[in-house]
Amino acid sequence: MELDPLILSRIQFAFVVSFHAIFPVFTIGLASYIAVLEGLAFKTRNPVWETLSAFWTKVFAVVFGMGVVSGIVMSFQFGTNWSNFAQASANFLGPILSYEVITAFFLEAAFLGVLLFGRNKVPAGVHLFAAIMVATGTFISSFWILSANSWMQTPAGVELREGVFHVTSWSEAIFNPSFPYRFLHMAMASFLTGGFVVAGVSAWYLLKGREVEANRKALSMCLWLLLFIAPAQLVIGDFHGLNTLEHQPTKVAAMEGNWETSSNVPLLLFAIPDQENQRNLFEIGIPSMASMVLTHDWDGVVPGLNEVAVEEQPPVAIVFWSFRIMVGLGALMILFALAGLFLRPGGRYYQNRKFLQGLRFMSIAPFIAVLTGWFVTETGRAPWLVYGMMTQAESVTPSLTGGMALFTLIGYIVVYALVFAAGVYYLMRVLFVGLESEEEDTTDSPERPARPLSAAHVPFEYDSHGRPVPANDGGQ
Amino acid sequence: MQLFDLALIWAFIIGFGIIMYVLMDGFDLGVGILFPFAPSEDDRDVMMNSVAPVWDGNETWLVLGGAGLLAAFPMVYTIFLPALYIGVFLLLAGLIFRGVAFEFRFKARTSRYLWNWAFAGGSTVAAFAQGVVVGAYIQGFETANGVYVGGALDWLTPFTVLTGLGLLAGYALLGSTWLILKTEGRLQEWAYRITTPLLVAVLVVFGIISIWTPFVDELVSERWFSHLSVIWILPVLTLLCALQIWRSVRRRDEGLPFVSTMGLFITTYLGLIVSRWPYVVPPEYTLWEAASAYDSQLFLLLGLLFVVPIVLAYTAWTYWVFRGKVRAGEGYH
Ligand code: HDD
Ligand code: HEM
Ligand code: HEM
Repeated sequence: MELDPLILSRIQFAFVVSFHAIFPVFTIGLASYIAVLEGLAFKTRNPVWETLSAFWTKVFAVVFGMGVVSGIVMSFQFGTNWSNFAQASANFLGPILSYEVITAFFLEAAFLGVLLFGRNKVPAGVHLFAAIMVATGTFISSFWILSANSWMQTPAGVELREGVFHVTSWSEAIFNPSFPYRFLHMAMASFLTGGFVVAGVSAWYLLKGREVEANRKALSMCLWLLLFIAPAQLVIGDFHGLNTLEHQPTKVAAMEGNWETSSNVPLLLFAIPDQENQRNLFEIGIPSMASMVLTHDWDGVVPGLNEVAVEEQPPVAIVFWSFRIMVGLGALMILFALAGLFLRPGGRYYQNRKFLQGLRFMSIAPFIAVLTGWFVTETGRAPWLVYGMMTQAESVTPSLTGGMALFTLIGYIVVYALVFAAGVYYLMRVLFVGLESEEEDTTDSPERPARPLSAAHVPFEYDSHGRPVPANDGGQ
Repeated sequence: MQLFDLALIWAFIIGFGIIMYVLMDGFDLGVGILFPFAPSEDDRDVMMNSVAPVWDGNETWLVLGGAGLLAAFPMVYTIFLPALYIGVFLLLAGLIFRGVAFEFRFKARTSRYLWNWAFAGGSTVAAFAQGVVVGAYIQGFETANGVYVGGALDWLTPFTVLTGLGLLAGYALLGSTWLILKTEGRLQEWAYRITTPLLVAVLVVFGIISIWTPFVDELVSERWFSHLSVIWILPVLTLLCALQIWRSVRRRDEGLPFVSTMGLFITTYLGLIVSRWPYVVPPEYTLWEAASAYDSQLFLLLGLLFVVPIVLAYTAWTYWVFRGKVRAGEGYH
């Protein structure tokens, strides 16, 4: 069998970017949460806020570090595997990614040090400021990278001359048509991720009866937040979809599993798309509902996949199912947020064990929703890389052979598997040790290093009774 | 119509970024390279703590280098990376392992030796791979119409292996002189001891590379030997720096060895640049041919002028916060 460098590069890119994406989406939400906790600690002087902040900062440090190492890989992917694309789009993507480095990455790196290690070294106000700067940095970062990605979805402000994009309007290119929706949708996804993880972990501690006071506060806060942002995500997602209908109708057709352009299109709840025969094998749907959602008219005409040639269709089943998983999880999130409101009288939200158990499992839901969301977006634009202008096949590195691509694909899988396993193992330890290990944090020695992960100095090993053993502390 | 030669300005900016990266990440990679040879496990703790606060910021210069090349000289980005495909993967894998090793080594007990190896191995592979990039740059690339057309392993030749070893030795020297600056007692004594042999190794390898390079490339031999030019001042300065390292180590100076090593790097780097100028993708393309659109270069330059001074300011502030000697038993925990 001939190894196809294009397919292998696509798999590799999908793998490394999905691996990378799970970290930022969490750190963006968590950074803001920590900034809020720091603000509350600063204002009220209630030690509970500081305990919570110190704990979540440790978790943050681990996740952020994994985001950094996987992000460095991303910045070289365009050159190694997609060099024709990099060559063509450098006039736009180059400055955008460089702006991300100088306005976001340096900012995050510097102030993270102060946030992690500076609690006793700088005045409380400066420490709070550092927390706010880190949170701001993560948003600046997502601003630039989502602008880059949105431009690939809905290119604007450029013209193609001799195979190279030239920017004709920077503001049109940066604020391209799908950018505002994607940025908001992603920001909300980050908050949802932060919110559900914090809620899930707090629920788990409450189930075990640990640090009830602090965890109740954290859970209550999260539930209020989720009550607003979970429904907001539905609304934003709806607008996002309408925007996509305008600019990438084929993608919407794939999301809806709609093969023929017609009116009164049903909203399919379940179907098995059969791309070969251009139809669905089995359908359960709500009559005319898709027309209603997409055109706000029961008789509205919805474009189908038959508008484009078969070779120009994306893989329908992936888009169709990913979209359903994302929306399904979104609905489940709204349900949980409402349940939280319903259980609030009498403080049942922190006593009802079923609810707490449910929340525990919901903590992975946002990660799945985010990944499937990206699958919809990215797979749905196939075969285009820059929508309507440049295909994936044109973009791949010409000198790349199947063997080379396979070598690095396997290499990244092995490396990431090892790093991920160690990271998760380590995060689990942080969670097991829990909030009370906070004391050791306050004895900040003058030489504490400033970088990700090292704030989370929790032992790796357990003794024979299953109690945590302090790690061999640097020769002390 | 175009007021400035932006490509030229950008060549200086990228050149500055690269030497910033080499000097800053160089010493912390060097500490990693020396790691297995340290006198004791306690000393390894101190070594790691001495670079722990700053390595992450140092590495961000590499990211800036990548993004900056894409923005200003896309042809460099899109020829080097495909040509060095396998090497780039090894470089990144090395950086990943050493990055996480910082974190996990201090939490581990039984598995600690694994993270020691991850740190040392990752640093060594990354340093070697960077040296290979330098060698591949001197060697030149097989291109057609601005696209790399060579094979997967063209970069791997005896010459690039030698430049790989050269940078490995060079980074180790930066690492040992950094340790002289940041440590005291037995560890510092050890660092003093290994500095002179490392210096000799660096001089030998750099010497062989210098003699070899004119044979690899005609332009270089023409430039250096056709007539006695002023550029001979650079190797002379390099040797002076080497002499200064040797003397300052003998006199037990603490800061001077590190500073002179940086000098040695800078003069060698300038020597490389003048040999190659203005070719950024040898043997064919000059910096003007590799440049992106004037507009794009300008758009980024304007922002850079504003933001980079601020970045430099808070970077300096971090170094200031973590100034002074690192002592055993303090630091990580
Ligand atoms: C919506 C958010 C988002 C998305 C879609 C991406 N990233 Fe990312 N990235 C971040 C948000 C982020 C972040 C939150 O800013 C991180 C996480 C940890 C960190 O240090 O910053 C980060 C880290 C990070 C780093 C390391 C920065 C450092 O050294 O400190 C690089 C080089 C990249 N990213 C590059 C990319 C590329 C090339 C992407 C696309 C293909 C990408 N990221 C997608
Ligand atoms: C961070 C969240 C992201 C995730 C989870 C994600 C996921 C994916 C997936 C699954 C594919 C494969 C589609 C296919 O081949 O069928 C893909 C393709 C691609 N994406 Fe993204 N993406 C993300 C962000 C980005 C960003 C921010 C950019 C650019 C700035 C980008 C650029 C690309 C490119 C160049 C491809 C083409 C390679 C390919 O088809 O695999 N992605 N992405
Ligand atoms: C609740 C109902 C939701 C709707 C109607 C909705 C709608 C959409 C649509 C239409 C897209 C594709 C846009 C395009 O490619 O042009 C999308 C993408 C995406 N969704 Fe959702 N979504 C919902 C919930 C969620 C939730 C709960 C999350 C995560 C917590 C999420 C995360 C994402 C992400 C990360 C993307 C890819 C990036 C982007 O294109 O914005 N979505 N969503």
